[in-house]
Amino acid sequence: MPTITNTLEIHSLHAKAPGQEILRGVDVSFPRGKIVTLMGPNGSGKSTLAHVLMGQPEFTVTKGQIRWQGKNLLRLKAWERSRLGLFVSFQQPPELPGVNLLEFLATAYKAHHPKANQQKDFDKNLRKALSTLKLPESFLERSVNTGFSGGEKKKAEMLQLLVLQPKLAILDEVDSGLDIDALKLISKTVRSLRSPQRTFIIITHYQRLLQYLKPDIVHVLVNGVIAESGSAALVKKIEKKGYSEYLKVAS
Amino acid sequence: MPTTAADIQRRQINFKDDIDYVYRTPRGLTIETVRKISEQKKEPSWMLDRRLQALKYFLAKPMPTWGADLSGINFDDITYYIRPSERSSTKWSEVPKKIKDTFDKIGIPKAERKFLAGVGAQYESEVIYHNLKEQWTKLGVVFCDMSEAPRLYPELVKKYFGTVIPAADNKFSALNSAVWSGGSFIYVPKGVHVDLPLQAYFRINAPSMGQFERTLIIADEGSSVHYIEGCTAPMYSKDSLHAAVVELVALPNSRIRYTTIQNWSSNVYNLVTKRAIAYENALVEWVDGNLGSKVTMKYPAVLLKGRGARADILSVAFAGRGQHQDSGAKVTHLAPDTSSSIVAKSISKDGGRTSYRGLVRVLPQAHGCRIGVRCDALLLDKRSRSDTYPRMMIENPQATIEHEATVSKISDEQLYYLESRGLTREDAERMIVVGFLEIFAKELPMEYAVELNRLIELEMTGSVG
Repeated sequence: MPTITNTLEIHSLHAKAPGQEILRGVDVSFPRGKIVTLMGPNGSGKSTLAHVLMGQPEFTVTKGQIRWQGKNLLRLKAWERSRLGLFVSFQQPPELPGVNLLEFLATAYKAHHPKANQQKDFDKNLRKALSTLKLPESFLERSVNTGFSGGEKKKAEMLQLLVLQPKLAILDEVDSGLDIDALKLISKTVRSLRSPQRTFIIITHYQRLLQYLKPDIVHVLVNGVIAESGSAALVKKIEKKGYSEYLKVAS
Repeated sequence: MPTTAADIQRRQINFKDDIDYVYRTPRGLTIETVRKISEQKKEPSWMLDRRLQALKYFLAKPMPTWGADLSGINFDDITYYIRPSERSSTKWSEVPKKIKDTFDKIGIPKAERKFLAGVGAQYESEVIYHNLKEQWTKLGVVFCDMSEAPRLYPELVKKYFGTVIPAADNKFSALNSAVWSGGSFIYVPKGVHVDLPLQAYFRINAPSMGQFERTLIIADEGSSVHYIEGCTAPMYSKDSLHAAVVELVALPNSRIRYTTIQNWSSNVYNLVTKRAIAYENALVEWVDGNLGSKVTMKYPAVLLKGRGARADILSVAFAGRGQHQDSGAKVTHLAPDTSSSIVAKSISKDGGRTSYRGLVRVLPQAHGCRIGVRCDALLLDKRSRSDTYPRMMIENPQATIEHEATVSKISDEQLYYLESRGLTREDAERMIVVGFLEIFAKELPMEYAVELNRLIELEMTGSVG
């Protein structure tokens, strides 16, 4: 298979939520094996882009293409995209009362690895994930996200990431509201999964996380379009100057 | 369409047997029908007298109109008694082959070996198999076909039969009292704890069949017992009627837990009266799972008659297309320091309808009672419906009452979240439903919790198309 198919490519992507256009022609690609950072002011469309990639039905794609691994992602449902190896961590994951976390993880793992001989890896992944995230085994007995603190929710998202080991993971503001120790845990998680086969898209407002996870590529999303792309140096520039220059251009 | 595991499971329950019956009464209900049933059972004349009196009550009472729509029931079209085999066996090998195959498919003898103290299996009107493990017989525990009880244990039957639920209680208890057949009779002697469940399995096979089993459980002082019943029937174009009566007598300091997992096909009218009397410091637990059927009307009840008696009722209903589950609970606090907890959970899908109907009554003399009622309804789509009719009649001002009711929908956000982790929409819905019922499932023995999840899978997948 040609290498090009492993890059996720987005062409002229337009998408709207009911009554509101959010993405207005996004052109960007996410090459395999890279850590890519997506930055931008509030409301610029970062989370929307993440969930349009994942296939959230709330958003309507009005124009454009998303291609990955030789497939037109827009034709696939969220669960099909997930099984292709796409993952988005949620900023505010919903509570699932009564749904046991362990069972949820096992079911999700099985959806990705239906063969019986793959089941033993589940236990292995899970055990390792708990130790990476410093979570007690009793955490698995709880209902998914139900009554979780902000930090526990982020950790539960990371737990899913570690168990599912996706090919492309979008981490949507996993760093917001976390103390420095939790932040280190999350960067440790990402580093432990880092491989030439795996892509990360890190969505963040802050530079903090990027001190621990040095991005290969940085994109700045403003008003639903990519306003600038560059290397890690771009993070420094934004740190100094903020987004005001992009916003002037956009308005 | 590929064949899913759920399809195969549905077929496993939905098969019909081609059976030559030993005896059946002609369709319809007359005095003669009642006499024939009594004659078949060679029962004492006092029981026949009770039956004939009950028939009068049945004929005199109007159809109840306050609950689900019962206008589809045609009493003249029903067969009230079918005897599938010559006798009830205690050896599985003696059960007629076709019937044995039925229960083999459902997994009855296997379950008995593994985790039950005793098993009964009823096919149409008669219990065709009954067995209690020897260790319990030695301790004086009785677990037998109710049909045999008036002859074998006349004193106990005379003393308690019809005392918790009199024939004249309602139209369907009257019907049952007139034509009852089969069911279980259980007596647990003083201080004996039957620590493995006793199980009965009820199967309707014939079309337009009426099944009227009658169960009486007596837990003597300081004893305990857990009884589980499961029910199924295959699908026919004609409706069947299941009108059981279940009476529990929990003597002082005893404990009875009664668990039901009902999965009737969607052509069965399921109209069951279940009631317990709890004496001093006794505990009665109804764990009642209602899946399937066309119409269910069932409100497990407890009369808290002795000081410190407790009632714990957990009721779950799942209504799919064309189904109405009208269920709930009733508790009457007759004595001081009694407490009750009612948790009702319902799920409606594909235009199905659930109703919670509850009545909690506290009489003036019942000082210091505690009452908790919680009803949660989950609607899976816009066409489905859920109603709540919680009644409280509190005649003692000191009662502590907590009441909570919620109606919720599965949110798009929850579904998308699960789908984004690789679960199909169906799997996502099922996972949320199973989570909603978790409080119920964890009260079941492991094997039944697994069975419940399997049944939910059937309900969730079988309703489309």
